[in-house]
Amino acid sequence: MQRSTLKAWFLVHKWTSLVCTVFLLLLCLTGLPLVFWEEIGHLTGADPEAAPAAPGAQPQNLDDLVNSALSQYPGDMPLFFGWDDHSPSVYVNTGARPDTPPPEMHTAILHQYTGEVLPAPQFNEGVMYFIYRLHTDVFVGLPGMLFLGAMALLFAIAIVSGVVLYGPFMRKLSFGTLRTGRSRRLAWLDLHNVLGIVTLGWAFVVGITGAINTLAKPLEQAWQTQQLGEFAARYQGRPRPERLASLDDAVAKARAAEPGMKPAFVSFPGTGYSGDHHYGVFMHGSTPLTERLYRPVLIDVETGEITARPQLPGYMTTLLLSQPLHFGDYGGFPLKVLWALLDLLTIAVLVSGLYLWFKRGSTEARITEIERSGLNGDIANGAGVAR
Amino acid sequence: MSAPTAARNPFIAPAWITVASIVGLVSALIGDGVFNAVSWVVFAALIGLFVRAWVKRDRKR
Repeated sequence: MQRSTLKAWFLVHKWTSLVCTVFLLLLCLTGLPLVFWEEIGHLTGADPEAAPAAPGAQPQNLDDLVNSALSQYPGDMPLFFGWDDHSPSVYVNTGARPDTPPPEMHTAILHQYTGEVLPAPQFNEGVMYFIYRLHTDVFVGLPGMLFLGAMALLFAIAIVSGVVLYGPFMRKLSFGTLRTGRSRRLAWLDLHNVLGIVTLGWAFVVGITGAINTLAKPLEQAWQTQQLGEFAARYQGRPRPERLASLDDAVAKARAAEPGMKPAFVSFPGTGYSGDHHYGVFMHGSTPLTERLYRPVLIDVETGEITARPQLPGYMTTLLLSQPLHFGDYGGFPLKVLWALLDLLTIAVLVSGLYLWFKRGSTEARITEIERSGLNGDIANGAGVAR
Repeated sequence: MSAPTAARNPFIAPAWITVASIVGLVSALIGDGVFNAVSWVVFAALIGLFVRAWVKRDRKR
C-alpha cells in the first residue's frame, strides 16, 4: 500500500474513532445492563412472576382484562394490549389520549388466566429505564436517536478503516501477537489490534443494527403513512368510533385468519399503528426468526370484521430483524453472557484506542510505524515509538 | 508468536473471524437447541482467541 493511501486510511480511522469513542463508551456501558434487562427485572420485581396456569384453565376474556387495567387508571383509554411469550401474563398500556407517548403511558400487568392485576412498577420509571433512555436517545427524543445512529455509523467506518490498517501492520506478524514486555505503547497497540480483530464481525453488526434501530420512528411513520394511509383513506371524514367492537372477538378472528401464528400485541385506534378505525392485531411466529416478523391483521372496530392483512414492507422487516441482532436476546442466557463479554472487549478496544491517541506522536511517525512493522514485524527500534 | 515470519496474507484471520461471527449471529436466529449451541460455541471461540493471545503473550524485553 502506498504511503499516501496508508496515511488517508490512518486519518479516516483516527477521526472517525475520535469523534465516536466517547459516545460509543456510553453506549457500551449502558448496553451492558440492558443485555440482562429481563433477568434484572425478575430479580428486582420489575418483571413480576405470574404463577403457571392451572391445568385446563382458560384465558380470561380480553375485554375484561382491558377493563380491569382501565380500572387501575381512571380516565385513561387503552392503547396497546400485549402477550408475554414466556409467562401467562399480559400487559395493557393506557394513556390520557390515543397518541400518548411511551414516557407518559401507564402499564398494567395481569395474569392471563386469573385476571389478577400483578404488582409491577411502570416500565417508564426506575434505573433501568434511565439507562435505556441514555442508551437510545440521551433523553432528547428523535434528535438524540439520530445522533447516536450517526455515531454508530462512524464506529462502523472506524472498524473498516481499522481492518485496512491491520493488514500492512500485521504482514510480518502472527495473528494474536501481543508483546507486553517492550514499551507500554506497543503493548496497548497489540492489545488494540487483537481485540479489534476478535470483535470485528460482532461489533460491526451490532453497530450497524444499532444505527438501523435509531431509524425506528421515521421508518414506522413512513410505514403508517404509506401502508396504513391506504386504509385510512377509506374512512376519511368519519369520526373515530366511540364504542369499540369486542377485542376478544377481534383477536379470535385474527387467530383464525393466521392459523400458524399467535398474537404478539394489539394496537388500539389512534395509536398510530392501525389508523383511527381499526384494531391492529400483530401476529407473529414462534421461532426465534419468525417471532420478530409481525403480520398485522386490521380489524374494523365498528363492525369487528377483518379489513386487511397487509405484508410489512421490506424496510420494516429489516428494522425488526435488526433488533435481536443488536440486543442479543435471541439465543438464551449463555448468548447474553457472551454478548456482555464481547461488549466488555469492545470497551477495551475503545479505551486502548484512546490511550494510543494520547500517546500518538505525529501522524508521520505512526505511518512509519505501520510500514516498519509490515517490513520486519518490529516497530520497537525507531519510528518514534513512545516508551 | 511474535517472531517475524515470512510475508503472509494478514487478512485471512479477519476474514475467518467475520465469517464465524456471521454464522454465530445468524444461527441462533434460525432456531433453538443446536442452533443456539452453534452461536454459543462460535462466540466463546472468538473470546477464546483473545484469551489464547493473552496467555501466549510475549513478555520479552
